[in-house]
Amino acid sequence: MLDDFFVRALLAGIGVALVSGPLGCFVIWRRMAYFGDTMAHSALLGVTFSLIGDINTQLGVFTVVALVAIALLILQDRAALPSDTILGILSHSTLALGLVAIALMGNIRVDLMSYLFGDILAVSQTDVMIVYACTAAGLGILMLIWRPLLAATVNEELARAEGQRPQLVRLIFLLLLASIIAIAIKIVGILLITALLVIPAATARRFASSPEQMAVVAAIAGVLSTVAGLFASLTWDTPSGPGIVVAALMLFLLSLLLRSHSNSG
Amino acid sequence: MTATTANPTTPSPEILVNVCDLAVTRQGRTLVHDVNLSVARGEIVTLIGPNGSGKSTTIKAILGIVKPSAGSVELAAGIRIGYVPQKLEINQTMPLTVRRFMQLIRRHSSPTLQQALDTTRATHLLDREVTHLSGGEFQRVLIARALASEPDILVLDEPVQGVDFNAELEIYQLIGDIRSSLNCGILLVSHDLHIVMAATDTVICLNGHVCCSGTPAAVSSSKEFRDIFGARGAEALAIYHHHHDHHHAPDGAVIHHTADPHHRA
Repeated sequence: MLDDFFVRALLAGIGVALVSGPLGCFVIWRRMAYFGDTMAHSALLGVTFSLIGDINTQLGVFTVVALVAIALLILQDRAALPSDTILGILSHSTLALGLVAIALMGNIRVDLMSYLFGDILAVSQTDVMIVYACTAAGLGILMLIWRPLLAATVNEELARAEGQRPQLVRLIFLLLLASIIAIAIKIVGILLITALLVIPAATARRFASSPEQMAVVAAIAGVLSTVAGLFASLTWDTPSGPGIVVAALMLFLLSLLLRSHSNSG
Repeated sequence: MTATTANPTTPSPEILVNVCDLAVTRQGRTLVHDVNLSVARGEIVTLIGPNGSGKSTTIKAILGIVKPSAGSVELAAGIRIGYVPQKLEINQTMPLTVRRFMQLIRRHSSPTLQQALDTTRATHLLDREVTHLSGGEFQRVLIARALASEPDILVLDEPVQGVDFNAELEIYQLIGDIRSSLNCGILLVSHDLHIVMAATDTVICLNGHVCCSGTPAAVSSSKEFRDIFGARGAEALAIYHHHHDHHHAPDGAVIHHTADPHHRA
């Protein structure tokens, strides 16, 4: 009963959720939800860029999103404006720029909805392979930089003072985030990627007593949401992204209920 | 600016930190300039000065957190730094026990953790969540964390901020003990002009630059110090140096008790 396209979407979605859970923990620990949103919104520019340059979409998106992230870092360090004002300006400008750029490319037909909200029909076999390559590499790198990244997340100055290189691990973290955004587009869509980062992590918080536990629980919560959301998408013919996000939200609400019944964890 | 010779009491000082003509500028504004100071092994150096006088900036430049715009900061080769920052907010969304927090940057064995927490009388906090600690408890944990890696130099930025007066005395006592047990250098920022811990070897009075420095007694009687902070501040500084045991009346006035001042430990 499971069609090939659905199995591919399921596999890709699970792969994405495995990394987005742990990365999402850092997103909420570092209060970067808005930053992540801005990065995700710039992905549409990446799509346009790949269509014009005729290169692999994921690669194009990764490049553009990573560049935007680095530009944001520099702006935050230099600009006189508060960080959330900068993000408020850029989060929506990048999205608008992407929409305008795509509209201007009159001769290429683009299914905008699938980029914005995800489309399980769009996941190819190559996509699945790219997802797993990225997942494996992403998790590997994350484990390597785990301790310094955690230290830098708790307090950058402390890490710096005691001989670490917090800026370097932050950069690596942003590149990981850019890659997860690039591979998650087809599953969750540009507008909702941040939700897949933030909601499972927030769900996991209530069940974890260490950062490591929280990362693992977030990955599991992400996988559960993805599977449930994709089945919902298949059953009711809804876009896959919203389905996954709604499932993640329900899981989060369920965690609130469970948590209030027991004090363990 | 006058500078009395620093630290005449240490016999053969191994200089851990040497700051020479340090200046830090941010966005065209000079935060500190012409700062000269050194910390030797076994020496306690206290930085005092009014708000905005550049105490934290000076410390951050020494720790490599901010870049000096002129002058130099030399650290003895291979020394280990322990840093107790002025403010450290742990994000509520991160599950972090004291045990895990203490190993944020370096791993430690259980006995090491126990011993460090014993020193700051915080052993019972080992498995508590850091976000649930009171200000005083967290301060003890912060100091214990820095101690666990047996630093050659311990840098404390206003370590008694937000703790009540008795705890403040206890922490000062503790810092004196640490100096002798670890034989490290200690660089301390004091938030209170009137109270310089009795064990201090050298007081450096900062107000954008080094106004005066020397033993607590020498500084409090110096003209520069009185000019900036007034006779009353100078008086209290001297009093605290000579008598450990006094209390503050609700209005902040110093109430004297019969003193059994020197080195209870």
